[in-house]
Amino acid sequence: MSKWHFVTDGFVKNNPTFVLVLGMCPTLATTTSAMNGLEMGLATMFVLILSNIVISLLAPMVPDKVRIPVYITVIATFVTVLQLLMQAFTPAVYETLGLFIPLIVVNCIVLGRAEGFANKHGVGESALDGLGVGLGFTASLTVIGIVREILGSGAVFGWKFISGDGILAFVMAPGAFLVLGFLMVLFNKYLAKK
Amino acid sequence: MEYFLIFVSAIFVNNILLAQFLGICPFLGVSNKLSTATGMSGAVCFVITLATVVTYLLNQYLLVPFGLEFLQTISFILVIAALVQMVEIVLKKISPSLYQALGIFLPLITTNCAVLGVAITVVTKEFALGGAAPHMLNLGEAVVYAVATSLGYGLAMCLFAGLREHLAGNDVPKAFKGLPIALITVGIMAMAFLGFSGIV
Amino acid sequence: MAAKSTLKNMALCLSAVCLICSAVVGGAYALTKEPIDEAAKAKTTASIARVLPAFTAEPELGSIELNGANYTYYNVPGTGVAIISATSGFGGILSLMVGIAEDGTIHNTTVLSHSETPGLGAKCTTDEHFIAQFQGFDPAVKSLAVKKDGGDVDAITASTITSRAYALAVSNAVAVFNQLKEGGLSNE
Repeated sequence: MSKWHFVTDGFVKNNPTFVLVLGMCPTLATTTSAMNGLEMGLATMFVLILSNIVISLLAPMVPDKVRIPVYITVIATFVTVLQLLMQAFTPAVYETLGLFIPLIVVNCIVLGRAEGFANKHGVGESALDGLGVGLGFTASLTVIGIVREILGSGAVFGWKFISGDGILAFVMAPGAFLVLGFLMVLFNKYLAKK
Repeated sequence: MEYFLIFVSAIFVNNILLAQFLGICPFLGVSNKLSTATGMSGAVCFVITLATVVTYLLNQYLLVPFGLEFLQTISFILVIAALVQMVEIVLKKISPSLYQALGIFLPLITTNCAVLGVAITVVTKEFALGGAAPHMLNLGEAVVYAVATSLGYGLAMCLFAGLREHLAGNDVPKAFKGLPIALITVGIMAMAFLGFSGIV
Repeated sequence: MAAKSTLKNMALCLSAVCLICSAVVGGAYALTKEPIDEAAKAKTTASIARVLPAFTAEPELGSIELNGANYTYYNVPGTGVAIISATSGFGGILSLMVGIAEDGTIHNTTVLSHSETPGLGAKCTTDEHFIAQFQGFDPAVKSLAVKKDGGDVDAITASTITSRAYALAVSNAVAVFNQLKEGGLSNE
């Protein structure tokens, strides 16, 4: 049995956005453009992989009753490290994503994978799971970002193909909900056909 | 005047759910029925206000004097987690009826990003309202902001729950059933809330 | 599998985890402190270079209180002053850096941060005509208010509130500059 399916599961079967519907806040808030979505996804993946690895190592040593506080502390540590690294080396990205970087701590995906997967599996499998779910999350965010950018600013990854403005509502708050809603419909259709 | 502006802006203009996207998970999760939505809103209101006061003091008197602002994320989340546990224990002892109403929602609140979001916003962001010079919030303003924000949360939550109760009885295409149609409804609601922007 | 949940075990485990985590965060902080400061400094230097004519002197950081608000400024001796000035726009704080040359004319302005509506107020960062009208603006001759309010600033279409906030921020910066002049800053 290949271990590859730990990675691919995160894409379709366990897609964090369209199937599990977790981590909605950054999904809606940071996807104003394809690039922002991609960056947010990668930031989350960084925390997800590292926390999965550490928690799978720690799990056998941690008493059951204090496991959640321990997990939260571990996750918060990696988030803070990420915050510091981003401030140092990608300050512009840090400014765009703003509040949603520290909020990775309370992203249900990260704690959900720690509690639901990493504490029952080995290091290698947990790392692969983190990679898969992280990639799935990144892909969903990028897709939402692409759709919103095309409709809202008439551009893809910053490359403009119309002159003037797009449908501005799609860059603003309502567009986030609408695009996610309609993409979810398409995803449901696709799953129903299979 | 300042307090009033903070109040209006936090409830309507920068509504925490519809404009800032904080606390969406429980918003989608428990808004099926008006009664649970009210319970959740009450619990969130309680915890946000308490957590904001505690983290504000923690930041002001412990982190800033020692130059430890980089520990904000990690210390805030631990304080909030501990606080929620304590609220649960205290409520159980003091007011069993209130505990009955809010109790089941409390464990969910630790991972509600609205709580951590408001706590971090209050200590890191400058506010400028009604032409006043931008400044950091003082404790009084922070409390007003927290209360107003959570009222805004409750408002959006209850409005949406009301809509969703009606949606449940309607004939919706199969692929739209459940969350997709709910999200589209929120989108239209958010559009309506855009109308408030610029009033402060 | 998991260790027993006795009080001793729990306390030990939590303290150990907290200790290690604080050490990791502290270490990361120590390692990144220098790059973070450098990144912040690079950003400020870039903004100053954009709003003032080419200069070689090292900008001097200072701050001043005027009409109940605090302003941070960078004085470049012999060239001018770059003043950070913030007002409330349509969606939140609109923060500008305004470069004023020694003779009191505005050299250029740049937006440091804003939360204006995309496509409307946010055009204050991209609208060339709007930005260009402040370059070489002489506040002694013209008035820093939008035309609707009887001034000489062309507002961005459909974004009067943003334009008004922008003009107010610039005019506050001019007031700060005059205050600095009176204080004899140029003689330093």
